[in-house]
Amino acid sequence: MMIVGAGIAGSVAAESLRAEGWRGRIVLIGRETRLPYERPPLSKAHLTEEVEPGPKTLVTSERLEELDIEYLQGREVVAIDRAAHTVKLADGARLAYERLLLTTGARARPVSNLIGQGARIRTLRTYDDALFIRRAINPGAEVVVVGGGFIGLEVAASAVSRGASVTVIEAGPRLLARAVPAPLAELIKAKHERSGVRLELGTTIERVDAIEGRSKVILTSGRAHLADLVIVGIGAVPNVELARLAGLAIDNGIALDELLATSDPDIFGAGDCCSFPHRLYNERIRLEAWRSAQQQGAAAASNMLGAHSPYEKIPWFWSDQYDQTLQVVGLHREQDDPVIRDLGPNGLLIFYLAKDGRIVAACGFGSLPAIAREIRFAEMMIGRGLSPNVEALSNPAVNIKSLLS
Amino acid sequence: MTITEEWVAACPVDAIEREEALRFDYGARTFVIVRSPEGTFHAMDGNCSHEKVHLAGGIVDGHIIECPKHFGTFDYRTGEACALPVCIDLRSYDVKVENNLVFIKL
Repeated sequence: MMIVGAGIAGSVAAESLRAEGWRGRIVLIGRETRLPYERPPLSKAHLTEEVEPGPKTLVTSERLEELDIEYLQGREVVAIDRAAHTVKLADGARLAYERLLLTTGARARPVSNLIGQGARIRTLRTYDDALFIRRAINPGAEVVVVGGGFIGLEVAASAVSRGASVTVIEAGPRLLARAVPAPLAELIKAKHERSGVRLELGTTIERVDAIEGRSKVILTSGRAHLADLVIVGIGAVPNVELARLAGLAIDNGIALDELLATSDPDIFGAGDCCSFPHRLYNERIRLEAWRSAQQQGAAAASNMLGAHSPYEKIPWFWSDQYDQTLQVVGLHREQDDPVIRDLGPNGLLIFYLAKDGRIVAACGFGSLPAIAREIRFAEMMIGRGLSPNVEALSNPAVNIKSLLS
Repeated sequence: MTITEEWVAACPVDAIEREEALRFDYGARTFVIVRSPEGTFHAMDGNCSHEKVHLAGGIVDGHIIECPKHFGTFDYRTGEACALPVCIDLRSYDVKVENNLVFIKL
């Protein structure tokens, strides 16, 4: 069994293969020269903790040894020979596989604008990126964040809490337009403004010039900002090149079936790099989320061993902004009906019901214990296909747990 | 450090419904008190052993409490870690009920 990509999907898959009883070889190949590590803290704790933190490892070398997982770090797979069942590494080595799992992840989308030589501009995807940014967001530093999505806003919250002066540039008319309904995005926006983050919506960068070690960010609105560091968070691009080169089907990511197999039955996929059909939503989706990557890694491992079990977990993700949390579960569409549940000082939740009354999604922003609990019960309702009573759902005095039965 | 154990009143019995959890802070320490589906009370250290997230916000399902943030689970009767990403057990404490109050032994 071979796994290409040592993020959370790959690392969980390697452990799962052993846990599920596979006794043969397990080879995990990672491009970075360090143990598999958690990415969620890169935009949060790694930027704000007082002492410079090391990467938060997903698995220790002792554990890898104990499970007899061969971890090849700092190695890159450049080609798959499907007929011969081998992969070729950048250094020319060839390794045989019986079943292959692609967990190649996604990379930060780069800006396409003109960037002056020497301008300090960085995306955030790896631990090294986080360290670079961490060392630049000192008190008084001027930081421009391009992109009002999750990464951009988390970095903005972290930077301003470190004492940096932060401006967020967002091309759209509002923050978090892709994943968060407007009322919640408004709450998040207000939280950022109260914390001292400046927001400039409806504009984007035209170019970045380097001026005496600083970066001059020129916007399409005509304004300009002088920054010590420009951080770009404008989305991610799935790493599909290896799969494409091998002739595997691609459709907004490596195209998987419901068993998480690619168009080659001996090659599977999991995590940010893949799209798959979801039974609950009748469409092909690609997720960029920690929990989904973990769940898909485990599910793909089972199916590589022949479990033949469709992947039906409900999409869920979270984002921390200051001391508040945002959680989203499920997927909603334009035509679904929103039901608001106002928890007062503890936060705000919005549930989405399809035309037939079934709950299909929920999202909330507020204090972690309050939001997490409600979203978790919403997830159970979605999974069971329940049609909760709208009155009860909108009344915060009704215990949400009681709607499960 | 001298080891002295004492029974500390944590909450009234009716403060926690069955299959629910409650946070209890005592000095600088924090605990989670859980009432099982059968009605018995249990106590563990309050913060998840994975990251510092309080378990009182998590859901109780049977004899399992789930971390509200990353979904690691514990058997709240023993503190035993049950599901990834949690792998370190939490300390559990003796509990008794007297005069309609839940006491934990610290």
